[in-house]
This record gives sequence, structure tokens and C-alpha cells, in this order.
Amino acid sequence: MKREAPLKVTIALIPLAIGLCALGIYRGEAAIVLAKAINICMECIGLG
Amino acid sequence: MDKLRKVIQVGWGILSNAYIKGFLPGSPVIFQGSLKQVCVPGMNCYSCPGALGSCPIGSMQAIFDNRDRGIGAYVIGYLALIGLFVGRMICAWLCLFGLIQELLYKIPVPKLTIPEKIDKPLRYLKYVMLFVMVFLLPFFYRSGYGAGEPFFCKYICPVGTLEGGIPLVLLNSVMRGALGWLFRWKFLLLILCVAASIFIYRPFCKYVCPLGAFYGLFQKVSLIRMRVDREKCVDCGTCAKTCKMNVDPHQTPNSNECIRCRECIRACPMHALLMNIGPGEVRMREQMQEQKE
Repeated sequence: MKREAPLKVTIALIPLAIGLCALGIYRGEAAIVLAKAINICMECIGLG
Repeated sequence: MDKLRKVIQVGWGILSNAYIKGFLPGSPVIFQGSLKQVCVPGMNCYSCPGALGSCPIGSMQAIFDNRDRGIGAYVIGYLALIGLFVGRMICAWLCLFGLIQELLYKIPVPKLTIPEKIDKPLRYLKYVMLFVMVFLLPFFYRSGYGAGEPFFCKYICPVGTLEGGIPLVLLNSVMRGALGWLFRWKFLLLILCVAASIFIYRPFCKYVCPLGAFYGLFQKVSLIRMRVDREKCVDCGTCAKTCKMNVDPHQTPNSNECIRCRECIRACPMHALLMNIGPGEVRMREQMQEQKE
């Protein structure tokens, strides 16, 4: 059974998504996430 | 009931919240390992005492809050990658809060049907949550002290209250003393969500969840997709009647609202609904077995 045409779009977008993720890691965003996540998020739990 | 899906949902919920030490009474301890820089694919508060990974929605807001104005490339790229592979399938298979809503819906009481004229426009609320509460406000708003705020997490998200707030407050008396209006507001939202889930299937997923909204954008371009075999489909409408997300699979098989739970595939008497994985098609195991019989 043939795939619809947009599969090419999917395949083209996957490396873009990977690149975006890598750019974020390069910019230090993973470290920002870690710094936030290892401390109790008072806003998230409703304590302000 | 799709037992495989339930097993995966429960198993993942346990696996992603397996930091047992966080649940021990005493000083609140949450997991602080480097694994927390990785986001889990579903809604799971990183302040849950047992959480081993980060919430993608919380993480996005944390990056936008940052003084150097992170652009969110890491989390957006990560979520886009997941969306490009499976679309909104995470909602049905790997979201703990989705599982909780499903379990609440199993309580045997009469169920509510939301009229279409209310249901359809209300579905757009989750896009407002995504673009305003998760993207715009955390990115642009700064208080007088120059601090940003995770608007969705702080003012809306019931997941944080259920998975983080309540366990931490129960485990620590100092935190109990710090409860104020914000906790009462979020607790009220949680109660409303829990109550709604008993009568309406996955109301948070349908109307509020910004993560579901984001994944939904990739439904028509993901590698995994639903397909309708038009030669077999007899327009009986069984799939639409089965779908608890109020999707009509034989008309819009890759609707943004479909969470790819497979219930319609299992219900179709003509085996006309399929789920594609990559090129060609892969029939679901049940359909192959029935054909052999």
C-alpha cells in the first residue's frame, strides 16, 4: 500500500527537530531544565 | 479494554516515578540526579517526590523564564521529534495523568455528553493554554523584580497539585504551614478536574492540556498514522460511536483530537481501520488472528 505524499515532509522535519534539540542543548537549555527540576517548584505545587 | 495499553500506561507511570526515597516521611526530598534534564514525554510534574524526569511543559516555561531568555529549542525540538514519530499517541500510552482520568471515568455513574456546539469551540482552549500560558506569558512577562513565572504551572496545572503539591504537603509539616490562596485555588481546579473526569472522558486532555495541543499539531505528519481502508469501510459509524474523544475516525482518521488509543481499530467490524508504522501497513495483531480463524 502506498504512503501518502506527506511522508517526505515527515522525513524532512525529523532532522530539523533533532537540530533544534541539539541547538537547545548547545545553548545550555538542558542545564536550565536540570537546575529547575532538582529543586522543588513552589509555583507548580501551589505554594507561590 | 485494551489490556496492553493499560499495562504500558501503569508500567510507565511507575517507572517514571520510581524514586521511592522521595515518598519517605520527613524532609521533602525529590530526585536530583542528572536524568532530570531529560523530559518525560507526558504530563508528569518534576516536583512529584518520585519523578525521575522533567515535565516538558514545566521545562519549557523554565527555559522561557530564564534571564537569558532561552528560546525553548531543546524542549520544542524534543517534543517535535516525538510528535513526528507518534503524533498524539503519547497521550493514550505514556501519560500518567491521562491514565488517572481514564480510571476515574471507569466509575460506574451516568456519563455526560457535551453538546457539540460547546465541545467544539472548547477544544481550542488548550491551544490558548499552549500559546498564551506556556509560550507568551513566561517569555515576555517579568515582575518588578525581573523574575518570570511559569504561568501554566503556577495558575492552572492540576498535575502539579496532584503529583507534587499534595504528596509534598502530606509528607512535610513545614510545607503545610505555608499553604495559601494559590494552593486552595489549584486544589479547587484539581477537584473540578477529578469530578469532571468521572462524568466526561479525559476532560483535561480534551480542553486544557497544552502538551496534547502541541502533539496534536503533528497528527497529520507523524510516521505513525491512522488509515481507513475505503474498500472495506461500510460507513456503519461504529468507530465514531466507540471513540471517547469524539473523533469520527472514518472521516478524520488523523484528527488533532485522536489520541491513538486503538479502540476504534478494535471495534471496527470490517477491520477497515489500520495504524501505519512507516512505509506500507502493519495490521494489528488481533486482526491478523481473526483473519486466520
